[in-house]
Amino acid sequence: MTTDTTTHQANAEAPAAVEAIGTRTFRVHRFKRGGGAPRFEEFANVPVGPATTVLEALRWIRVHLDPSLALRHSCFHASCGTCGLQVNGREVLGCVAPVGELGPVITVEPIANIPVLVDVVVDMTEFYARLPEQHPYVRASEALPEATAPADIGGFERYEDCIECGLCLSACPVSATSDGYVGPAALAAGQRLLEEPRGVDPRTILDWADDPLGAWRCHAAFECTEVCPSGVHPAERIMSLRGELVSGRIRNDREETQA
Amino acid sequence: MSSRRTEGVPGAELREERGPVLRKGVGVPTSGWFDPRGRGLGGFAFAANRVTGLGLVVYLYLHLGVLSLLLRGEQAWNDFLALATTTVFLGLDVLLLIGILYHGLNGVRVALVGTGVVPDRQKALWWALGVIGTMLLVYSVLHIFEEV
Repeated sequence: MTTDTTTHQANAEAPAAVEAIGTRTFRVHRFKRGGGAPRFEEFANVPVGPATTVLEALRWIRVHLDPSLALRHSCFHASCGTCGLQVNGREVLGCVAPVGELGPVITVEPIANIPVLVDVVVDMTEFYARLPEQHPYVRASEALPEATAPADIGGFERYEDCIECGLCLSACPVSATSDGYVGPAALAAGQRLLEEPRGVDPRTILDWADDPLGAWRCHAAFECTEVCPSGVHPAERIMSLRGELVSGRIRNDREETQA
Repeated sequence: MSSRRTEGVPGAELREERGPVLRKGVGVPTSGWFDPRGRGLGGFAFAANRVTGLGLVVYLYLHLGVLSLLLRGEQAWNDFLALATTTVFLGLDVLLLIGILYHGLNGVRVALVGTGVVPDRQKALWWALGVIGTMLLVYSVLHIFEEV
């Protein structure tokens, strides 16, 4: 990535979103398809209030300094998982990351280890493709009898606490060097299925996870758990999945010995 | 086993069309595992394990090189022993010991956590084994330097 930067200055007439208590400079990752190599642009004098979040500051930049800045967000309360970012190198949901604790210059990048679509927005196609194929849709007890999925999707997906933000994939040091690794979110989803199979044969999940690029590729750095905004604890779930795999092999060995 | 996964991440063949993949680290993609920004205890433990592992591999080859001095006769070996008992060299022994203790004890931690024995006790294990490792290190250092 180049380090060339363009600096945008907010003028004094640009209104603050809330009562400002100071200003910050934002270094924001920029990338447009066909627009050259990725680079950083600086936005100086961005007003921030006592509770301003990174997402709010970025939206202010888009409104007042650069309408071409592409952002993705929806709920503003850490529920939809669409505003995942790297802020000063750490994975956060922009909607709940306070600016106040981040220093005078704040670097904003898209999450890592997944293709960048535009600016700070990534293409999540690969993320969803990694999830186990057996993962069920909404539970029968939760689906209204009259409810039907739209024609262009297979069903209503539900992964319990996981909001599918991709922060775990970005923080994982193994994913940083191993594109084939299925990743923390998918393995955590697999382990969740073992806890509550909902009609899925657990052996198919264990077989899916029992792969050099599956549960065994994790190196127990626990960074996924550190950054997970939903308390899914992916690393602990991967370790439990391994426990199931190990005990399953021991059982199989015993049965073969006895037979 | 899913053959789909071992052939690569689904859709990965379209990456060039989708856009660049941002990597953590210091410019070289393979350095992503070493990016220290915002890492938690587990991340640092993992990085330190790799660093000490690499150090021990280097040491292994140095050790084999030193042992090859035996092929050069008694005098060559005695000369090396004179060097190996200097304070500076003993200091390097302490460094080696730190690497061995860290890598070995962290290996015990990873084995206990990674086989599902105690999947949610990685931090407690790190500190507990850290105390044991420190005690072993102090005892060993006193023993190494007692006749200097």
